Amino acid sequence: MAERSFAKQVDSLRLGAGEEFRGEGILAVTKALLQSGVAYVGGYQGAPISHLMDVLADAEEVLAELGVHFEASASEATAAAMLAASINYPLRGAVTWKSTVGTNVASDALANLASAGVQGGALIILGEDYGEGASIMQERTHAFAMKSQMWLLDPRPHLPEIVRAVEQGFELSEASHTPVMLMLRIRACHVYGRFVASDNRRPPFSRAEALAAPQRDYGRIILPPSTYAQEREKIEQRFPAAERFVAERRLNETIDGDAGEIGIVLQGGLYNSVLRALELLGCADAFGSSRVPLYVLNVTYPLVPEEWVRFCTGKRAVLVVEEGQPEFIEQAANQILRRNDLSARLLGKELLPMSGEYTVEVLRKGISALLERWAPGLAVATAPRRPLPAERLAALVPPRPSGLCTGCPERPLFAAMKLLQRQTGPWHISADIGCHSFATLPPFNMGNSIMGYGLGPAGASALSSAGPRRALAVMGDGGFWHNGLTSGIGNAVFNRHDDVTIIVDNNYSAATGGQDIPSSRGAGVRRQGNNSIVAAVRGVGVRWVRRTRTYDMQGTLAVLREALSTKDAGPKVIVAEGECQLNRQRRIRPLTRQAIQKGERVVQERFGVDPDACTGDHSCIRLSGCPSLTIRPNPDPLRSDPVAHVDHSCVGCGVCGEVAHAAVLCPSFYRAELLFNPTRRDRLLAWLRRTVIGFLQRRRARRLLRYAV
Amino acid sequence: MAQSTAGSVRPITLTIAALGGQGGGVLADWLVEIAEAEGYLAQSTSVPGVAQRTGATIYYLEFFPQAAAQSAGREPVMALMPVPGDVDCVVASELVEAGRALQRGLIDPARTTVIASTHRAYSIAEKSALGQGTADPAALTELLRQQSKRLVLFDMDALAERHRSVISSVILGALCGSGVLPFRRHAFEAAVRASGIAVETNLAAFADACEVATRGGSISEAAAAPAQSVLPPVPERAVSPHLQPLLEAVRRLPPPVQPLALAGVRRMIDYQDADYAGLYLRRLESIVALEAAHGEEAWTLSEHVARALALWMTFEDTIRVADLKTRSARLERVRADVRAAPEQIVGITEFLSPRAQEIADTLPAALGSRLQRAPRLADWLARRVRGRRIRSNRLGGFLLLYTLAGLRRWRRGTLRYRQENARIESWLQALQRLTPRNRPLAIELARAQRLIKGYGDTHERGWRHFSALFAQLERLGARPDGAALMARLHTAALADEEGAALARELAALQASTA
Repeated sequence: MAERSFAKQVDSLRLGAGEEFRGEGILAVTKALLQSGVAYVGGYQGAPISHLMDVLADAEEVLAELGVHFEASASEATAAAMLAASINYPLRGAVTWKSTVGTNVASDALANLASAGVQGGALIILGEDYGEGASIMQERTHAFAMKSQMWLLDPRPHLPEIVRAVEQGFELSEASHTPVMLMLRIRACHVYGRFVASDNRRPPFSRAEALAAPQRDYGRIILPPSTYAQEREKIEQRFPAAERFVAERRLNETIDGDAGEIGIVLQGGLYNSVLRALELLGCADAFGSSRVPLYVLNVTYPLVPEEWVRFCTGKRAVLVVEEGQPEFIEQAANQILRRNDLSARLLGKELLPMSGEYTVEVLRKGISALLERWAPGLAVATAPRRPLPAERLAALVPPRPSGLCTGCPERPLFAAMKLLQRQTGPWHISADIGCHSFATLPPFNMGNSIMGYGLGPAGASALSSAGPRRALAVMGDGGFWHNGLTSGIGNAVFNRHDDVTIIVDNNYSAATGGQDIPSSRGAGVRRQGNNSIVAAVRGVGVRWVRRTRTYDMQGTLAVLREALSTKDAGPKVIVAEGECQLNRQRRIRPLTRQAIQKGERVVQERFGVDPDACTGDHSCIRLSGCPSLTIRPNPDPLRSDPVAHVDHSCVGCGVCGEVAHAAVLCPSFYRAELLFNPTRRDRLLAWLRRTVIGFLQRRRARRLLRYAV
Repeated sequence: MAQSTAGSVRPITLTIAALGGQGGGVLADWLVEIAEAEGYLAQSTSVPGVAQRTGATIYYLEFFPQAAAQSAGREPVMALMPVPGDVDCVVASELVEAGRALQRGLIDPARTTVIASTHRAYSIAEKSALGQGTADPAALTELLRQQSKRLVLFDMDALAERHRSVISSVILGALCGSGVLPFRRHAFEAAVRASGIAVETNLAAFADACEVATRGGSISEAAAAPAQSVLPPVPERAVSPHLQPLLEAVRRLPPPVQPLALAGVRRMIDYQDADYAGLYLRRLESIVALEAAHGEEAWTLSEHVARALALWMTFEDTIRVADLKTRSARLERVRADVRAAPEQIVGITEFLSPRAQEIADTLPAALGSRLQRAPRLADWLARRVRGRRIRSNRLGGFLLLYTLAGLRRWRRGTLRYRQENARIESWLQALQRLTPRNRPLAIELARAQRLIKGYGDTHERGWRHFSALFAQLERLGARPDGAALMARLHTAALADEEGAALARELAALQASTA
């Protein structure tokens, strides 16, 4: 079960024509798919499109009613390959993932798909993880569109436009026999808005019809000479068809303005930001009327030369607002202008930064520079802002890096690794993508490289058997099933690696929001979960496999020691198990509450720190970093260092106690066991204990009373 | 509502700066619902990213009057991110997050109302410092006050806690009470009701917060640094008449030293007995006498020694820990900390992991040092007692700790006591030697006692660092900047666990005096 449930919102997927839909951008995309008569959907979760997968998973009933097939694909490559169904049949298909990382994984299948060409519309919905809030390296999806000749939509971040882009994307794909990519920036994925819905459509051609009468055309196979013909087809037929469609259907928009000598060309996704920048410069109103003419590219690949020529004719300067690098659009536009002998000066990265997100603030500066030079007097003067005391602020505002959640099962694993390194000396650790990536941040600060999802073990390959200490690799269960089983474990077996791989099994694809994966327990009736990681690892030939419960730190330490020192040749694999605490709490909490209400005997555990025993060194925090383990002012007037403190968010996972023991830290930690609905025996025992203990405590307290100063 | 230069209607803009898991999303949803009910078009968006896991998260909302859109016959274009200088309201669910909004330029003195909680969720860097590493809240509050148009500040976490509610309801109440949004109170309340979760407690927290914000929040409460206990005043008469002589001795000390000395005396009695308090006072008096002769009317050294000596003489041995863990006040504190209901049965498990060293420490000195010289026996013993979980609410566990605490009577004979006592004596002698020649350096040496704290490895590291500083006394005493250098070493010793910074400073010192 995913972290966020969309069960309520799924009802809005059933809205009919004329009814108003309200919700997040991602949910609107799902509705648009159903309105477009999509036949099958797949994808792989990852911010910012995780919720699209969650919505689809929660909406399986609605999908089934319409005859839509949905898969939680094993990887982005799997999802992309799924689109093969649209090559031979008039089936509309859509897939989704986080870009560019997912597109990298999918690019083999995508390139083949783009070469073969499609009959049914093929739509790839991409969460462009760029700028603030992004969690990956900063690159552009645009390059993939260009290299494989796929079309790239970048619609205005406005729900009706996003819905239209989905619907027109399918049509464009079919008109040009080419897969179409629809990219949504992070904020557009999460934007709340509304649009007027249409009825959902059953796919006009069913998957059953396809299987009943299989179609085959050697021209669609990726082998010569088809491939040569396909390349010619791309250039001679599909590309012009796409250009025609974009122009005829007016997918791009032009907004006239009275400052006709200049203009701005922008990616559709940046429309709202450009408009706000213009508004703040006094050149636009709140409703999108602009004094500077605008050309909005809702399709950023291919470009339509006639539209550019029309827009740039008679202009002295045109600013291209294109986020990220390289500046593909600006380069192509320069070529168009040159070929058409247009004298308009093309500005782009000259006035705007080459890299980084184009925030409104950045755009305001760039557009302001355009106006200053090419249309003086157009912009209103804004009073310069008083500079902030930046240095003072830096000292007062400590950074807040992400970290593992309260009670996370990965915490004791990394604490054990940190402790053990104090004895053995530091290790080379090849890290991976997942919650465990946060181990590269304070307080653990371990992990030397991250090569991609599931590529932790592969990243350690070159250092295998190089001694004197074995290299370590960390990989999550998500990455393991995504590709790590073959790229990491299989490879290590085949090449006789000597390193240690830790597979962190938290039962979910946790970092992306707790989606189910093949080893998840309780994956529901529609999927087969419970597939053993250990069996899979043994299956590819690993002989040394150990399981450990991460919350048992002593056990984990022993397994780690053994893995590092064993004479056994070949890869050593440790499966470190512990259920994601976010998911566990969501599962357990309502059950516990119910049990207490029903009068059942329930013990709830919580940890605490004795403030008079704590001396304020915070070793415990440096080995844990649990959000619920924090500090508070020292109650002792003679001491000034803050003491450790466990706040009310503690879930009683037990790590504090384990760490205190394993690290021989200090005796300040205690575990409190709160008993609900005690039995008569419980009450009797408690009374007895209270009586004896109370007597002894009073006896000793009397001494202190006698000696009160 | 802000008017643009063109005179057209502009949206109301609001930023929520929160921490992952604080319910910023719920708050944004409520606000959208309220705005729509009140005749506004609403847009909200967020950048959770990896910040969904405990990092800083930003939500951004815009509200536009529907009437204005209707009369224009067009839909407004709303931005998806806050723009510096164009934000009407910044809501921060934690103090430093308000500071971060300021750092991002989102707070404008002419435009922005800031509604923030004064409580702190400490960052990992602040929490993991070897001593005091928290940012200065008073300075940040002052800066926020200077930089915002209006500031509504109070401890929203405490208020939420009082009502067993969540901080998002409190923020919603503060927003309502501040009047920064043109929405009516009943619309706010309707949104809370519509969510259908913990409605009663959320509404109570909402109402309370609304009230506080209507009064303008409380700046004074915010400006105060987190409450650090203060030293109680020195009374004229001791509670127990037979201790009056001790109190008299305290009262003969210079006035600034008295409260510290009293706290020290009480601590000695709590830890050991009245005689021990007498020893403490005699030691302190000798330093005071010395400073009287060389101190130019200031008592800085005496104050530092009064504090440091009190802490050192009450070193944390097994007996002390057992004593603290078996007191009735402790039981009450635990019950309050874990929010036990009045009659609820609460079990307590202690995590004790004594090593051979701690066993030796608690034995009579001769026996203890014999054990130290028998590593195999020590190992065997250590294996038997390592990683103990003691159920201190049960008779067996309690009696074990109670008996251990009872060893207090024989503490003066333990190995640990002998060792600490010798160390204290040599520290005091060094202070005695230094004060006449170089009082500032003596003060630094007194301060350096702070490095020695904790248990096990932590204590050993502290002692190692202190000894490293102590070893430099000769070298530093010869230099005019000796005290400043000692302070530098002190800071370096607290910079990292591994002692890397201290090693660097020591090497530099060595090089500069070689």
